[in-house]
Amino acid sequence: MTSSTDPSSEKIPIWRDERFMRIAVQAIVLLVVITIGAILFGNLTRNLQQLGRQFDFNFLRNQSGFNIGEGILSYQPTDTYFWALVVGFTNTLRLIFVGFVAATTLGILAGVASFSDNWLVKKISQIYVEIVRNTPLLLQLFFWYFAVFFGLSQGANITRLPGSVFVSKKGIVIPWPANQPLTWLSLIALILLAIAASLVWRQRTKVMEEQGAAGKPQQYMLIGMSVAGLLIFLFGLGWEFPQVVNNDTQGGLRVSLEYGSMLAGLAFYTGAFIAEIVRAGIQSVSKGQWEAARALGLHSGLAMRLVVFPQALRVIIPSLNSQYINLAKNSSLALAIGYPDIFATAQTTLNQTGRAVEVILLIMLTYLTTDLIISLVMNQLNRLVQIKER
Amino acid sequence: MTTLHTVPTSAPSKPASTPTAWLRKNLFNSWFNSLLTIAIVLILGRTLFGFISWATSAAKWQVIPANLPIFFVGRFPADQYWRLDLMLAIIAGLGGFTWGVVGRNQPKLLTRNLLIGFGILALVLLLLPTSFPYRLVLLAIEAFTIGMIVIGKQVGNRSPAIAQWLPLAWVLTFFIALWLMRGGFGLDVVPTTAWGGWILTIFMSVVSIVLSFPFGVLLALGRQSSLPVIHWLCTAYIEIIRGIPLISILFIGLVMVPLFLPAGSRPDLVLRAILGLTLFAAAYQAETIRGGLQAIPKGQTEAANALGLNTPLTLGLIVLPQALKISIPAIVGLFISLLQDTTLVAIVGLSDLLGISRSILANPLYIGRYAEVYLFIGALYWAVCYIMSWAARRLEARLNSEH
Repeated sequence: MTSSTDPSSEKIPIWRDERFMRIAVQAIVLLVVITIGAILFGNLTRNLQQLGRQFDFNFLRNQSGFNIGEGILSYQPTDTYFWALVVGFTNTLRLIFVGFVAATTLGILAGVASFSDNWLVKKISQIYVEIVRNTPLLLQLFFWYFAVFFGLSQGANITRLPGSVFVSKKGIVIPWPANQPLTWLSLIALILLAIAASLVWRQRTKVMEEQGAAGKPQQYMLIGMSVAGLLIFLFGLGWEFPQVVNNDTQGGLRVSLEYGSMLAGLAFYTGAFIAEIVRAGIQSVSKGQWEAARALGLHSGLAMRLVVFPQALRVIIPSLNSQYINLAKNSSLALAIGYPDIFATAQTTLNQTGRAVEVILLIMLTYLTTDLIISLVMNQLNRLVQIKER
Repeated sequence: MTTLHTVPTSAPSKPASTPTAWLRKNLFNSWFNSLLTIAIVLILGRTLFGFISWATSAAKWQVIPANLPIFFVGRFPADQYWRLDLMLAIIAGLGGFTWGVVGRNQPKLLTRNLLIGFGILALVLLLLPTSFPYRLVLLAIEAFTIGMIVIGKQVGNRSPAIAQWLPLAWVLTFFIALWLMRGGFGLDVVPTTAWGGWILTIFMSVVSIVLSFPFGVLLALGRQSSLPVIHWLCTAYIEIIRGIPLISILFIGLVMVPLFLPAGSRPDLVLRAILGLTLFAAAYQAETIRGGLQAIPKGQTEAANALGLNTPLTLGLIVLPQALKISIPAIVGLFISLLQDTTLVAIVGLSDLLGISRSILANPLYIGRYAEVYLFIGALYWAVCYIMSWAARRLEARLNSEH
């Protein structure tokens, strides 16, 4: 039987033709987006003209006229807005780099502690994570700033905490190496010592694997190196302990209360999320690895360090990326505390110059670039710990 | 004759039955753990003791009962509180009814833990430092909720078709709640600047999550799409919004939205904040739903194509229902974090729960009472978020067992 309608000769109506619909849908979407963009942009230019402003970045060369409370670069109110933004950015970097280290340390400690045999340690870690994850970050920052640090610095007194740390309304003073030539020499010596020690360690492992030897000479060298390192650390760096002189402190490093509370709040908050990530990562390692390690005679500390944690790192590091980016973005809450980071400085610039669009574009660019750099570094780290397949 | 070698078996270790055995097993099982336990007990003991002595003597808790209405409803006019009570009763009743209908197949809906939870709530309501008739009203609302749970289960078992009408009922309830809060059409108008405290927080988070949901689905589908224009537009939007802090999005909404609109229009501040939160939440929803979409095996799409379904039908009938069911726990997690992120609107000038605490602390009577106020607000947020994450875990367990 022949059918009168041959499917290959029938023309498909154009609205059911897949190739046409693909191009048509994209063209329509592009048209809609461009139209909406044009309307908004037209409104923007009209409103800006009415307010008498143009879109340019020349205001960055004007004098800023406002003061920035703290910073590592020198800054005067007669400097330009551009320099003010740069100082704000260095403040942000100062906060997030130390925050990365502190949050990671706290997170790893709390994550590993949730697997401890000790019931108290496990419970404390769980309570810490549950409390921090269920309260807003801004509330925690306010708590650290107003309740903890203001509470510690009562009135005009200088409170002394254990470990030679002084807290007052002017800030927190901690012991810090002095800025002498000997300090820099000791720092270089410590770095060289660390590199040499890692080389000796690798040599010792190689000797123990290939020759079955005990590796005693290398072990003595390592012990000697660590003693030397300890001596350099204690005495070569030239630690300055703050003293109370005339109701003021001398010596040591002074950080503002705002910096201290931002650091504490961000570190504890991100640390709880990192603890959950570490816990999930360690749980993802199959139980057989633990059992095999115990069968080989490794106690649980060695098993965690040599067998389980390196495998857990493969799962942990991709999630760490998003937590670090969250820390960088959450540092913008410094506006509420009064710490002059890039966001707060940009806000002051916006309020003074009225250049809303330019300043907001600058902020967006800064944060997007920071996120990109963090992601790039973490992706490199990720590549290091992934399984190397052929 | 071969002799059977029996492997000597040791008796299994007895579980720690006495308190001393438990202590030895869990706290003192090695010298390092013993040292750790002693150190922790000492430090914890000192901290707790210091906290308790502060809480009972130096802390002045008067600031909380005196400002309880401000914490919960902001500067809502006091003679219109009946509208908020009515709204609470309607929402609690419909919520209980929905719970009963949805859980009608469970053999025992009112478990012992749930009843204990309700009992604790009743105790807390009984001890609230408000007037006695008001406490009775709140207890009546709680009893009404429990009653609606029971009624919902009965009605759901008799006529299961009622489950289809529930979404419509919720939409209607939202508009009724909006009318009760805003006023107009016969009620006194309460401007949005008078909204504040807990009610504003809940309102903003619920509206943002509900509005961001369809946007998130569209963005997720767009990011998966094979059409390059749509793929790049959606990816650019998601990556840019996820890369900048929420507070800058709120400031964009505050400062730049009036510039983008025709001159002279002054959109409501609450509306601008909700717009910012919605845009932010939509990007994160898109990532969550994308995870759900990626978990659907490709065979589903191929089978749908083999059956002759085109792309919209495939998505709507086959892929999306499965993907959304997988992502529901993550979406609840998003709601919890959005609830916490609404505290940021305090920086743009709205008086949500955290913002209104600043104005309470500015009162000369309560200057310096930071710790008490922040502990109270923290406890409120903690309780709500913990209950929601517990519910999300239970929901996830229930959804998983149905496969």
